[in-house]
Amino acid sequence: MADDLVNVTIDGMQVAVPKGTPIIEAAKQAGILVPHYCYHPSLPSPAVCRMCLVEVEKAPKLMPACVTTVAEGQVVHVNSPGAQKAREGVLEFLLINHPLDCPICDQAGECELQNYVFQEGRAGTRYAEYAKRYSPVEDFGPDILYVPNRCILCTRCVRFMEDVADTPVLNVSERGDRAYIGISPDEQLDHAWSGNVVDLCPVGSLLSKDFLHKARAWDLDKTASVCPGCTQGCNISIDTRDDVVVRLRPRPNLEVNRHFICDYGRMNYRWMNRGDRIEAPLVRDGARHIATDWDTALARLDQIVRGASGSAVILASGRASTESLGLVRRLLDRFDVTAAVQVPLGEEAPLARVPNLALRRERAPNLAGAELLGYTPHWEAAMREVLGAAVVVVLDADLSELDEAALAAAPGMLVVLGTTFADGLRNAELVLPLTNMAEENGTYINRDLRIQRYQQAKSQPGMARPAWWVAGEVLAGPGPSPSAPSTAAEAFELLGERWPVFAGLTYRDLGYTGARLDRAEPARAAVAR
Amino acid sequence: MSGKTGHGTTSTEEYAPVFAGPPRARLEELFALYPTKQACLLPALWIVQEERGWISERAIGEVAEVLGLTPAYVKGVVTFYTMYHTHPVGRHFIQVCTTTPCNICGAEDVVKALLQETGCGELGATSPDGRFTVIEVECLGACGFATPILVDNDFVENVTPEKVPGILQRYQ
Amino acid sequence: MGYPHPSHPKETPVLSKHFGDPEARTFDGWVKHGGYEALRKAVGMTREAIIEEVKASGLRGRGGAGFPTGLKWSFMPKEAVKPHYLVCNADESEPGTFKDREIMRWTPHALIEGCAIGAYAIGAERCYIYIRGEFTEPWRVMSNAVDEAVARGALGANVFGSGKRVEMILHRGAGAYICGEETAMMNSIEGKRGNPRIKPPFPAVAGLFGMPTTINNVETLAAVPHILNRGAEWYKGLCLGNPKSTGTKLVSVCGHVQRPGNYEVVMGTPVREILYDMCGGPLPGRTFKAVIPGGSSVPIMTIEEAEAALFDYEGIVAQGSMLGSAGMIVMDDTTDMVYQIWRLAKFYAHESCAQCTQCREGTAWTTRIFERILSGKGKQEDFQLLLELSENMTGKTICVLSDSCAAPVVSGIQKFRSEFEAYIAGAREPAMAAV
Repeated sequence: MADDLVNVTIDGMQVAVPKGTPIIEAAKQAGILVPHYCYHPSLPSPAVCRMCLVEVEKAPKLMPACVTTVAEGQVVHVNSPGAQKAREGVLEFLLINHPLDCPICDQAGECELQNYVFQEGRAGTRYAEYAKRYSPVEDFGPDILYVPNRCILCTRCVRFMEDVADTPVLNVSERGDRAYIGISPDEQLDHAWSGNVVDLCPVGSLLSKDFLHKARAWDLDKTASVCPGCTQGCNISIDTRDDVVVRLRPRPNLEVNRHFICDYGRMNYRWMNRGDRIEAPLVRDGARHIATDWDTALARLDQIVRGASGSAVILASGRASTESLGLVRRLLDRFDVTAAVQVPLGEEAPLARVPNLALRRERAPNLAGAELLGYTPHWEAAMREVLGAAVVVVLDADLSELDEAALAAAPGMLVVLGTTFADGLRNAELVLPLTNMAEENGTYINRDLRIQRYQQAKSQPGMARPAWWVAGEVLAGPGPSPSAPSTAAEAFELLGERWPVFAGLTYRDLGYTGARLDRAEPARAAVAR
Repeated sequence: MSGKTGHGTTSTEEYAPVFAGPPRARLEELFALYPTKQACLLPALWIVQEERGWISERAIGEVAEVLGLTPAYVKGVVTFYTMYHTHPVGRHFIQVCTTTPCNICGAEDVVKALLQETGCGELGATSPDGRFTVIEVECLGACGFATPILVDNDFVENVTPEKVPGILQRYQ
Repeated sequence: MGYPHPSHPKETPVLSKHFGDPEARTFDGWVKHGGYEALRKAVGMTREAIIEEVKASGLRGRGGAGFPTGLKWSFMPKEAVKPHYLVCNADESEPGTFKDREIMRWTPHALIEGCAIGAYAIGAERCYIYIRGEFTEPWRVMSNAVDEAVARGALGANVFGSGKRVEMILHRGAGAYICGEETAMMNSIEGKRGNPRIKPPFPAVAGLFGMPTTINNVETLAAVPHILNRGAEWYKGLCLGNPKSTGTKLVSVCGHVQRPGNYEVVMGTPVREILYDMCGGPLPGRTFKAVIPGGSSVPIMTIEEAEAALFDYEGIVAQGSMLGSAGMIVMDDTTDMVYQIWRLAKFYAHESCAQCTQCREGTAWTTRIFERILSGKGKQEDFQLLLELSENMTGKTICVLSDSCAAPVVSGIQKFRSEFEAYIAGAREPAMAAV
């Protein structure tokens, strides 16, 4: 391996990087950010913005760090006077026609033009006497607006659609300073992955209509999470403002989703903000339900699971965490259990040029996790079992009217652990308020058996708790108990006792980009990072 | 954003495809000259312009279809090359070189004469009788024969303001 | 010869010998003038032998860069594992240059023959000739000549019965100066916007359609048959003292001279002789002021510098400019230098492909500063601003279009500053309305 490493010195820092690495990536290894616009690690590099010009000793002129690859013994200066002057020049050119409308621009605060100009641009303009180029805002598609005035023609959007999505509906039109990003009148930017152009745009030129003027970037709290949209398990950031989720964005993970998420996943967040939530445990009192405290509710649950025998059915949401699915399953270990996980189906939408990346048909982020824990996707079969079951637990499943009718007719005890309380489940003995995935910590296991953590992005409503906490408390017995898990990490570690595939694995092992469960040797829970 | 038309303005009108009959045969011949269909784009656009006088959004769509490209891609290419017309032009299209070598030899006076004699009034406009459109172009590559003009496909050299009326006579 | 004028005794017509002679346009006429002998000879030689002969001749690229042609050919892979391509650059669009047009108009078979030899030498079975869209007449002439050459067996699957295949395809440009840049030309042939590509990869490794490709200028290729016919030594001998620049060179002279036209001179001929003897000197009552010697992209020379220069690659460099494409724009004392440099900047702003930031924005901004100066609103600070912008536009982009815009600006300010000062001081009437 050492033969394939190349030693370079970048601003005095020595690094060894694989042969063929572009200088811009080698600089990252050295902890140095080379300012850039057109370069993006998940797109081909055209070297057009000329922002990343660096001084390479012995080279006759400044070299673009994005396409110049490292060479043994190379000495690079990112912050030499010559390179800085060149960048200052590029920034000045980019600004002459830029409207500087940062106060009304969604990108402000996370704008690479703003940031680099702040960092090393000129203090004033020398382009004062001329009118700036002006073109009206254009509607590019269902969720995308193009603001040509702010465009710096880095062409990331064009390359994404052409080289990654393989659907070139964007172009560079015209030439010289008349050039702009164009779209054909008969086409729309409505590809299943087109929202990525908004993230890729380094300035505020491509905007999401959904996010338009919703928040200033600096008011957002960003939380590392995993997309709950399908079995792909794309890494995302949940951005909240004042405890409300306002957008989902991709979080880089080269193994899973590179830098992208699909539009379905991107828009699939409104339920996280639902207001009609259960905020306290409810116990049935004849025809009505009465709010109570957790001690009372947990005691009642304990009573139910210990007081019955025979068979039990679990009807779980495909969005339930591994921890919740596992501990709820353990809670019913005394029974003959049929556990089912709900898997809504949709159309598969691959991102053409990225291997193994698609919006999957199975719209359940934890299907693989559920299956490892003994849940089946055979929903109807499980529904048929409810009639003979002593206990039925609904774990935040989204039930159809037919399902609800079947549960109403079931003779056993019905326990609902949910974020909302459906009218059709009035016969539930116990209704316990759950957090949704944005309100808790947990893990999902994607279709490639990659287990990934997501983190709490907003506060839970009222007394809502994760399902693993509910099950963990009951499993540990009444009263304070050291064996009851108090964190998702502890709940996760409990899984190994019952399912060897998780034995020895901790949250620390998973990090923030997850780890693959080795299917071949589940007992050792080998982790391939 | 010059050169852009409103979205979908032409989509409901009748459109007769360019690539039928002889133009289709010419297109098929092109396929043999290049290893990719994409490479036939410039010649295919020339065929459209010869047949229709300009390249409409619908024609862009047709070219995209016959070459397996997207309309947006084709449009990006069309707007790169200044000889392709994205709007209808007069029956005779006049291009006058005014770049430095011709400029120092009086090309701007030739432009004035052409605008006046054709009745176009301004560059890029079509004369009221629909006969001419005059545009200024960059170097025509005949600097020793200042001022050259290109009327349709005819290259006319050594044009002076005095010669303009006589030249225009030939194009009705 | 100085077409459209009779040959001047100080010329050495080789390529231009038959300019103006309609007979030379035909296959038979060309054969009568000794045409296609070189191709017949070439197909009996090895590829290496041809490349060696061209290397030995000292022939350098006539398109502007002056790169040794034989060396360029030798970069092509020895074995044609993948298809190889020859591209002939007939996009002549450098302001001031109009020599390739005459080669194609009058001696199309010279170019076809040169292309065929070149294609064979680099292992290519296909040659694309990229002719700029505005060249309607050269297109017609070339088109007929290619048909004729195919019919007569000079092109096709079996060149003159040698078993060698050379196909020739004419590709029409559509109005884009930048397509004269070799990688932009390849993109244009591939049906793309004519954007220059980043190098590496170099064309000899991955060029047209990703295959090994060589791109040569029309005049370069047209010289090749003469070299094969008369030998490298003869060609090398066409040189007045500087062995780095050999052969004859077509000079396109335009602007304020008595007889503008194409003149063919031996490398090293004094520029003075071209200006005064061949072109007849300035127009009556005028005096020369400036010369742009190599197409508009090179630094402007004062007439003193031009008169002191020898006409070859090194001779022009010694006087502060470059030979470029040898399109000589001559300006006399009536010329408003500020106005004409503005016109050049406008040209580059119009032709910028829009890829690189410095070029896209810099050419347009430079143009606007000139417009402000010309409208009487210039400021002293504009000198520094223009020079700083030019500095930021030089050596920083994918191709040299933005450098080309900067060259006349920088040299213009250096050498004709007083003309700028006159506008700024209000001593000269504004040349255009306020912008």
